[in-house]
Amino acid sequence: MKIKPWHQTNWDARAAGNFIGGGSGTGLLIFAALSNLAALAGPAADYRWQAGLALVLVAAGLASVFAEIGRPFRALNVFLHPHTSWMTREAMVAPFLFGSGAVAICLGGGLFSVVAALLAAGYLYCQARMIAAAKGIPAWREPRIIPLFIITGLVEGAGLSALIVAAQSGTAPRWLAAVLLVALILRRLAWKIYHETLERRGAPKKALEVLARLRGRFERYGQSLPEMLLVAALFFRSEQVWLLPLAGAAALLGGWLLKFTIVARAAYNQGFALPVVPVRGQGQGMPGVKPGWSK
Amino acid sequence: MTRYIMTADLRRCIGCQTCTASCRQTNATPPGVQWRSVLDIESGEFPDVRRSFVPVGCQHCGDPPCMHVCPTTATYQRADGLVEIDYEKCIGCGYCAVACPYQARHITRRIDFAYSATPMANESARFDERRMSVATKCTFCMDRVDAAKENGLTPGVDPEVTPACVNSCIAGVLAFGDKEDPNSKVSKLLEETQHFRMHEELGTDPGFYYIWDKK
Repeated sequence: MKIKPWHQTNWDARAAGNFIGGGSGTGLLIFAALSNLAALAGPAADYRWQAGLALVLVAAGLASVFAEIGRPFRALNVFLHPHTSWMTREAMVAPFLFGSGAVAICLGGGLFSVVAALLAAGYLYCQARMIAAAKGIPAWREPRIIPLFIITGLVEGAGLSALIVAAQSGTAPRWLAAVLLVALILRRLAWKIYHETLERRGAPKKALEVLARLRGRFERYGQSLPEMLLVAALFFRSEQVWLLPLAGAAALLGGWLLKFTIVARAAYNQGFALPVVPVRGQGQGMPGVKPGWSK
Repeated sequence: MTRYIMTADLRRCIGCQTCTASCRQTNATPPGVQWRSVLDIESGEFPDVRRSFVPVGCQHCGDPPCMHVCPTTATYQRADGLVEIDYEKCIGCGYCAVACPYQARHITRRIDFAYSATPMANESARFDERRMSVATKCTFCMDRVDAAKENGLTPGVDPEVTPACVNSCIAGVLAFGDKEDPNSKVSKLLEETQHFRMHEELGTDPGFYYIWDKK
């Protein structure tokens, strides 16, 4: 049996798909409601498109994780442990999310769009807590992953919203550009705190190597690029309408890359360690060992 | 209140893996699945090097993260401290496996036997379809522990009601018993020795104690 941390094999890209679909979908549902309520994204048809896509994304995420469970015919058992399991809580929010979202789509927004957005926020929170509760994976159990996954979902939602609005109306609302820029700055901050905390507290070396490789690509193409595009979009006002959707696409893909890497590539387990090496024969005990860890 | 625990005297373990073989024989785990393993850890630098053999498996934690995350309540904790799995409830989502810091949980998704697709006689006799595609792990030989109540025997003392790995250990490394009973072997061992628990800093309150020196 291995001693150093090795990559877990229980949750793969399908699990990452749940965090990607769930995060993007719930983020989009929140921004769809904001757009609709403020009448900033135009007519009700905008809400229908955005909310419809949002529910499809959440459903795709759930279908992805459904494909991973060993006993799918017992899937309803997932509702049995709301006392402590964030997976149960996520599952319990889902039907209400889909119900309120469907009604809101039928009505073209209104009060139910607010209800759906609140449930989407709850669903997103459950997902973030769910990964943080996986105590066996050091890169996941770091509590700072919670704000990172929440803000990433919101960034993805804003990015998708920008893409849909541009595709539908050929416009680039300044408020959306400003909100996306703020959300991106918050994501940069959340990522920096998460990554630095992991490095400071110690983690499996291989997990840190994966995150170090991610850092360059993510910060360049998922953060700096959309941030610069958004600054330009805000500066040029409406003359360059392609800047906002392009920034939205980069922010969205950056979020997907981040979550896929953390869930499916940096998921090295705890491994084994000895706080003290035992006495053998007449010898003395020795300082402990923690193979494969940065500290 | 009973709290069953296991102790492993690391000063004695020679890494023979008899406990592993015994567990596999008793619980008929498929190839690649070992509820009881023995790590072979090399440490130090030449010329002061050490080799430690460390039995591992489910630690039957007092505060088990696997139980907290389980969405189905399939993983539960008994009053005597044993952490068990209801195979009929488990959906095989693997959440418990990523929540366990001891890599103690296994999910077997296809039927597999030791030498071929055709099981040997003992494998046929012990194959349990309920354990397919759900989480499995060391049970501290729960069925034996439960038999103690019916037979008036004492786990950790009487071999019939003691986990197979403990019974099989040729070096007297492993011991099992009730930590709350001051007269049990494990209580006395813990009283007389220096010991630690794996990854104790994670707050799981493991029920597996590693003895590393006398007091």
